[in-house]
Amino acid sequence: MAKVKSFDELKKIGQDLKTKMSALSNKNHPDSIIQIKVAMATCGVASGARAVLEYMRDELEKRSIPALVTQTGCMCYCYAEPTIEVTIPGKEPITFGYVTTKKADEIIERYIRKGELIEGVIPSNYQTIESI
Amino acid sequence: MSQKQLRIALRNCGVINPEKIEDYLARDGYQALGTVLTTLSPEAAIEIIKKSGLRGRGGGGFSTGLKWEITRKVKADQKYVVCNADEGDPGAFMDRSVLEGDPHSVIEAMAINAYCTGANKGLVYIRAEYPMAIDRLLTALKHAKEYGFLGENILGTDFDFDIEIRYGAGAFVCGEETALIHSMEGLRGEPTVKPPFPSESGYQGKPTNVNNVETYANIPVIINKGWEWFSRIGTEKSKGTKVFALAGKINNVGLIEVPMGTTLREVIYDIGGGMQDGAEFKAVQTGGPSGGCLTTKHLDTPIDYDNLLEAGSMMGSGGMIVMDSNNCMVSIAKFYLEFTVEESCGKCSPCRIGNKRLYELLEKITQGNGTMEDLDKLRNLSSVIKDTSLCGLGQTSPNPVLSTMENFYEEYLEHVTFKKCRSSICKSLMTYIVDEEKCIGCTLCARNCPVNAITGERKQAHYIDPEKCIKCGACMEKCKFSAIFTN
Repeated sequence: MAKVKSFDELKKIGQDLKTKMSALSNKNHPDSIIQIKVAMATCGVASGARAVLEYMRDELEKRSIPALVTQTGCMCYCYAEPTIEVTIPGKEPITFGYVTTKKADEIIERYIRKGELIEGVIPSNYQTIESI
Repeated sequence: MSQKQLRIALRNCGVINPEKIEDYLARDGYQALGTVLTTLSPEAAIEIIKKSGLRGRGGGGFSTGLKWEITRKVKADQKYVVCNADEGDPGAFMDRSVLEGDPHSVIEAMAINAYCTGANKGLVYIRAEYPMAIDRLLTALKHAKEYGFLGENILGTDFDFDIEIRYGAGAFVCGEETALIHSMEGLRGEPTVKPPFPSESGYQGKPTNVNNVETYANIPVIINKGWEWFSRIGTEKSKGTKVFALAGKINNVGLIEVPMGTTLREVIYDIGGGMQDGAEFKAVQTGGPSGGCLTTKHLDTPIDYDNLLEAGSMMGSGGMIVMDSNNCMVSIAKFYLEFTVEESCGKCSPCRIGNKRLYELLEKITQGNGTMEDLDKLRNLSSVIKDTSLCGLGQTSPNPVLSTMENFYEEYLEHVTFKKCRSSICKSLMTYIVDEEKCIGCTLCARNCPVNAITGERKQAHYIDPEKCIKCGACMEKCKFSAIFTN
């Protein structure tokens, strides 16, 4: 990566990346894709998040569901680790708690494939800096 | 459920991939640095931080802007900015979460701090017990250098800045800024008397600005959204939000970030999901070993720096341990003293010897040998330690004792006068007794007793010898007829 030489260049990079990221969850955009984030801080990993991440990657590929599985930091729901967030393009992101590989299978088959709401959803309980 | 949380410091945690700088850039990453470097003078940027009302999130609550201004005004050929990531309070893990989830926000804020104070070198002091946080920070530093957010002529300006990491071995006292600086210099992690403050003479004798991880995490947002936005959140004297690590006997254990001024009731019952098993709330310990307990009478007190101090506790770095009636407050005080005794660096006598004596007094009381005189001694000794210790560790270490004595004096009295622990935690004060009506003489308890303290004929009521009994509770657990109870 070449060094960013000016603030204007940085602004442009930021804007381009922002556009690219929002395209991922915009269902009308050709780049849109199912996104799965696995909370992978020390606490999540200790509760088995790594196994869930690998399971998700492998299984989605095996079942031919195009998806972007990434790691992220702590989602702050220690009581419900491992936690994952699933964003289906055009829908609000949904956070699931207590995700074992068995639960992950249920999420793939029932929520991702059929759009059914299943147990284990953690309701969003905070405001973001964008919202106020 | 109403949304009582607001995530500022945790804005990117659990949202971005901490190992991809592009994720951070897509969420206004390094924009604040760009704004400060190209459009603001250091003085103007400091003014914004000052006006925002941001106070140190490590616990002390000193105005961040003022601290920067003091460091800026000292003239020197070399200055340093330091990030204190030596999170040592038992039960606190917000700094780790920020570093593991959003390391770039800290790097960006440190660069802004350096520009404002006139430093060109940054150091992160992080405990080696946080391997994942260290890994992610190193990755983030590498990416920031590749993009040119660290190094020479950042964003085409003449500002140079670089960050190095220093590892701590995990000593609690090294969270104190002078001890932290000594540890970074390769000396023993012992505090020295302030003044001189680090802003005048810190790392290598040069002016050094030390801020905590969470404080840094707030900086980019203040620059991007403006001080007016930030200062609208919170109470009159405590602005913004605070991250707490909610732990203990509560349903939704986890990290929370709430605006200053949120009440304890909202934290426990709305955000924390209430007490485990519907138990009754008894107390919450805030501020770790330097803090104290808040009780039911504080449930509706808005949480901010000043109200917590007034209630005999402190903000601390943000550990919040919730307790119910099964927690013995004398034992809680003893637990924190045990920690302090272990972590005292030993340099000054009030802390080294005084805390040990405090611990011994508490030990005596929990073993049922305490006297009324001991309670007076506890109080006197506590105030002597507070007044005469060298650094913040000793000056605050008696707080758990004083605050539990203030709020739960009746429990201390029960331990001393009736030799009774209402929470059945202090084993020495408990006696295991066989209910002769219920005991059918199955001998199961006698066979399971590790010290052969139980005697009795088959099919006849058994007897536990209190002299031999070590109060392990094995008999009570094994008994199928609930014939064993404690008094």
